[in-house]
Formats: sequence, C-alpha cells, structure tokens
Amino acid sequence: MNIAVCVKQIPDPATPYRLDPATHLVVRPDEQVLDDTDRYGIEVGLQLAAATDGSVVLVSMSPAGNLQGIRQALAMGADKAVVVSDPALRGSGALVTARVLAAAIAREEVDLVIAGTESTDGYSGVVPQQVAEILGLPALTFARKVEHEDGVIRVERQTASGYDVVTASLPALVTVTSGAVEPRYPTFKGIMQAKQKPVDYPTCADLDIDPTMVGVSGSGQSITAVRPAPARTAGTKVQDEGEAHLEIVKMLEQAKVI
Amino acid sequence: MTTWVFSEEVAGGPASISLELLSKARSLGGEVAAFYVGKGSEAAWSTLGSHGAGTVHHLNPGEALPAAAAAAALAGLVAEGDLVLFGLTPTDRDVAGRLSARLGRPVLSNAVDIVAEGATVTVHNEILGGTTVVETRFDGAGPNIVVVRPKSFTAQASEATIPPLVSVTLPDMGHAGSATVVARHEEASQGPKLSEADVIVSGGRGMGSADNFRIVEEIAARLGAAVGATRAVVDAGWVPYSMQVGQTGKIVKPNVYIACGISGAMQHLVGMKDSGMIIAINKDEEAPIFGIADLGIVGDVHKVLPKLLEALAGRT
Repeated sequence: MNIAVCVKQIPDPATPYRLDPATHLVVRPDEQVLDDTDRYGIEVGLQLAAATDGSVVLVSMSPAGNLQGIRQALAMGADKAVVVSDPALRGSGALVTARVLAAAIAREEVDLVIAGTESTDGYSGVVPQQVAEILGLPALTFARKVEHEDGVIRVERQTASGYDVVTASLPALVTVTSGAVEPRYPTFKGIMQAKQKPVDYPTCADLDIDPTMVGVSGSGQSITAVRPAPARTAGTKVQDEGEAHLEIVKMLEQAKVI
Repeated sequence: MTTWVFSEEVAGGPASISLELLSKARSLGGEVAAFYVGKGSEAAWSTLGSHGAGTVHHLNPGEALPAAAAAAALAGLVAEGDLVLFGLTPTDRDVAGRLSARLGRPVLSNAVDIVAEGATVTVHNEILGGTTVVETRFDGAGPNIVVVRPKSFTAQASEATIPPLVSVTLPDMGHAGSATVVARHEEASQGPKLSEADVIVSGGRGMGSADNFRIVEEIAARLGAAVGATRAVVDAGWVPYSMQVGQTGKIVKPNVYIACGISGAMQHLVGMKDSGMIIAINKDEEAPIFGIADLGIVGDVHKVLPKLLEALAGRT
C-alpha cells in the first residue's frame, strides 16, 4: 500500500510564538520542528506500509527553512518528502492549504492519506476533511485505532460519548489521534539515512494552483485586529502544612457547592 | 441572511453545542435554520425550535458516516450571504471542512465570538493557548462558515414550538460517502456529564497512577461533580478519552474546577480557563496552573486529597 502522510513544520512550541506586527502572521524561524501530533500518523503509515510492502511519502506545505522538521519525519522511516514551499503561499487559510496538499497528494498515486486531527500551531482542525472532499475520498476521522485488511480500512473513531467502529474501502483518508500508536524514536541509522532521502519542492505552478487564489489575498479572509485575551489573574496561594484542605472546604462553601 | 446551525444527534437529541449556536444565531437576527443529522424525534424538533430554529432540515444518514452526504446536502441549501455555524466537535468539523471545500469558501475555526454588522461577519478566535484574540473578517459574498468552540455562547430556551420540518433526501456520494459505522460503543460514565457539570474534579499526571486516580473520582462523587483528566492521563489509559479536558478534549466552563496534580500545560488550560472558580493542588510551586487559580494549594495531592475527602464526609 502506498501512503501519503500530511506533516507540518512548526516553530518549536517550547519557545514563545511571535506575530509579525504588520501582517499578524506567525513568525517562522529558519529552524522549525516536526509538529509532535504528526508523529502518530507517520507511525501508523510506517506500520501499514511495512505490512503491505508499500511506501510512505510525506506531504507538507510550509516554509522549507533548514528542513529540520521534515528530516525528523524522514528519520522515522518515511521514504521521501514533497514540500510545497512557495513564498506566494504565505498567509494562506485552511482551504488553500488543503488545495495545495490535495494537488501534491494527487501526483503521488497513493491508496491511503493519513493526517493528524489538527496542527499544534494553526489548529483549524478542518484541513484533512477538505483534502478528502477535494480528492473524493471517504474520511475516517479521529481514529484512535487503525487496522487494514484486504483493501478495507477499519478504525475506532472517537465520538463525544465513546467510539464508533467505521470501515471504508481504499482509497481513503484517515486522521489519527495521539492515542492511536506509540511513535518510534528515530535510530541513529535513520537519522543518517534521512539526509540522503529525496525531497521534492514543487511550486504552485507545478501543481496547477492559480496564483491569485493563494496567500492572504486569495484566502477570502482578512485579519482585522489582534489583541491580548482578557487575562485571568492568580488568587491566593497556600503552602500545605497539613491543614490546607480546609481552605478548599471554605472555597466550596463560598461557592455554595457544600 | 439565514444563519444555518448544524446539529448532530447525540444520545437521541440535538448536541448541546448546537443549542448554544442556535441561541447565538437567534441573537444575530434574520432567519435561523437547523440542519439536523440523525434519526430525529418530536422531542428533538421541539428542543431545536425552543432554542431558535425557525425551520428544521432533517437528514437521516442511516449507518453512513454522515459528513460527505451532509456537506453535499447543505451545499445545495445555503445561499450567498448566509452564515453556517458548526461546533468544534468531530462530526461538525468533518462536515464544515467538506462544505468549505465544496463551496470553495473559507472556514474560520476555533471561534469564541461572531460579530455581524450588516453583511460583514467578523469572527474572534483565541490563539497561542488562549492568550491572544485574533479578529478575522470574511471577504466576498459568502456563504460564510464558522466552527465555534463549545461554551462560547449560552444555550437559552424559550417557549417550545415545533418548527416546520423539511426532510432532506440522502444524496448518493459514491466512494467519498462510503465510510460506514459498523458498531457504536458508549463509554460508561457515572455522575453528570463533563460538558454540563456545575463542578468538575480533574486529575493530572501528578496523581501518579490509575489506582491513585480513584480518589479524584471519590471526591467528585461526594460533590456530585463530573470527573475530568488531562491528556497525559487519558493517553496513559487511566481513564477513557471521553474524560479528557483540553484543546483536544472537552472544553468546559463549570462554576468550580478543582485541578489535582495538574501542572497546567497550555493544551489543558485552553479547555478549562474560563471556569468560574479554579482550585489547584500541585506540589510544584512554579506550576503554571497557579497562574490562573483562585486558590492554589502548594502540596502533595496524596496528603491533601484524603483529608479533603474526609472533611467533605456528611457535608453534601
């Protein structure tokens, strides 16, 4: 089975994000990391590919920078990467991102597309579904378990009150939650091999994407203001000397819970 | 302008987020239409009507995962200038994404407020862990699609009226609509539901183990509260995913939130920071949870919680 896994390079979440004051867009340093939530999809893809003698191609739309995040994903074992890093795409919304990813995936002739449920930085949480719609695929979303047998994908899909078992025939798209698998750590060999793996950099033109339909102006939405959210302030802090539970009781009385 | 509200059937009735959205839709003026996906019932129509739906369009998807068909049917109903509202829940996100791609219109997600001034719709959403609010305006004629975080608006029922019902034919989506639900599992939970609870007692990794987590459940039971957990706890398998509070779990707004052994990772804070009163117990004095707690107890949960449980005996 040939599998495409959507991945994203993001600024290191451990460092404070900065917004460009003029454009309101997140400042993306040259050195970005693999979004941690993508590691689960990569792992699912690698396991399914290994079981079916298939391959895994990573598909990403992000400024390439020094490609650190993509190399992290390749080091886990993916075969190659397609990185759409066209400067015209800067500031694109979710739908433009989905169009670009779908066009890049369509060139790869894959049986299965895998993505996380949402990125850690953008968090629109709708891009995989848009990709499925554009590619005409069934989408088995929010999977906490993924199985494959004879061209049929079977997932446990998280719901508000439990989970559903959902099936569909290939080709299909699956989004996975962080509970789906335990992602592997790259081996030293994997890290060395990642440096040699092929990375393709198509432009919008290569993907037949209309240049007037991308970026800030082509996304149909404009940021009009950015402001700090009303902040919540800390109240009292008590060191427990053995009686601090009584402070909780007092608060619960105040709130008329007891 | 018509404001459409997507409403998924959950446990036999409209999802609670859809009632919040209907109440907001009513306050925006114009027509309000619900698009209901599920088996449907008189009680469901009445609930939708009392929360603001002027009409109900009903699609019964049977055993199909409904997103592809629901998006196609909705795309045929909505007009330029309309607003289409979804909740930040799995099925709503599936339909919103597909509808956006189908209509070639943007979708603004993670919204906490919607402002309509004439034909201009601006959406407020929180980014960077809820520290920053971004206001984004839709350009072009619409329809405009918004995905809203639960608890952003208050559900308000008025007198019950059964709105006119329009039955929607299930479109044949071919392969794209072929995902099928073959089994449904409800995870048993006791006490009030997380999303509706007045009081929530939540535990984090600091509880140490699944066994030690039990006292969180005992205190919750004593207070008639719902039990919550952090992502680390559900990933570790101590409690089911349905109990997760946070960015990737449930967004809650109880009157009182008691955080036990929770350090306060951004992903968790986003899901509970709008609670009325926050009480936190953590042994790390520097834990970020103390930055938003009305009462912070710096101490060992394994010492404080047993004493609290004892003190609550006979008090509720």
